[in-house]
Amino acid sequence: MKRKWYDYLWIAELLYWVLGVCNILFAWLGMVFFCIPLLMAIVGGNKTYCNRFCGRGQLLGLLGSKFSRNAPPPRFLRSRWFRGGFLAFFMVMFGLMLRSTYMVFSGAPLRQSVTLLWTFKLPWQWAEVGMVAPWVAQFAFGFFGVMMTSTVLGLLTMVLFRPRSWCVYCPMGTMTQGICKLKQGKEDVQ
Amino acid sequence: MTLSPRLAQIGKECVACGSCLRVCPRGAIHIASGVTAQVNSDACVGCGRCAKICPADVITIVQRRAVK
Ligand code: SF4
Ligand code: SF4
Ligand code: SF4
Repeated sequence: MKRKWYDYLWIAELLYWVLGVCNILFAWLGMVFFCIPLLMAIVGGNKTYCNRFCGRGQLLGLLGSKFSRNAPPPRFLRSRWFRGGFLAFFMVMFGLMLRSTYMVFSGAPLRQSVTLLWTFKLPWQWAEVGMVAPWVAQFAFGFFGVMMTSTVLGLLTMVLFRPRSWCVYCPMGTMTQGICKLKQGKEDVQ
Repeated sequence: MTLSPRLAQIGKECVACGSCLRVCPRGAIHIASGVTAQVNSDACVGCGRCAKICPADVITIVQRRAVK
């Protein structure tokens, strides 16, 4: 198949990591990876983002072609309760991240660390964040942690199972498919 | 045109990720309304590439005769 421009979006994903490590404030750019798929699902009723434009999915596919064991994942991974449960857990953690952003907004001191896998605090003292309000920086730290956590899980299940195993329980994938199902259900009723 | 003896069948728990689309040599799969993958049975040649890549492991290659 002839490659299209969007087949190279994995480069954007890589660039995101490089920029984010250079300056944590670039973590904000990740909002694009949150808003576009949701908009596509809500407005268009499709998963074109996952199917075509997701740089993370592409990167896992590419790396996985070299480093994956290519073993079928356990059945529970695709089950409704696991996917839904993981989405719920992810949302709670995201909510807590927003809460700490709000606390910094209301005067609490900024914490310069990135939390990995909701547990490990990686010191991130080199970050230059003096030019923005502390809450803007706090969100960047929190959001970068969310992105990093999902990437580590994605890489882990890529190696253990199939290249894009992350896509089975990716909260964004679960959410967009859910929205599409709801939309389809509505259309069927009409 | 003679059809292949086997073809791909998508299971209920498809997550609509689109991994299968990328590897199908016949362009026989599409994602219907962001909900599930669907196979165009006339185009599928039963090669099994999609089944090997599917991260949810929901694709089975079945005898065409068995599919109605
Ligand atoms: S499921 Fe998640 S990682 Fe996979 S393609 Fe969709 S948004 Fe990207
Ligand atoms: S690869 Fe598997 S889970 Fe993904 S769209 Fe195709 S059939 Fe569905
Ligand atoms: S079995 Fe081969 S031809 Fe049929 S849908 Fe899968 S990849 Fe395409």
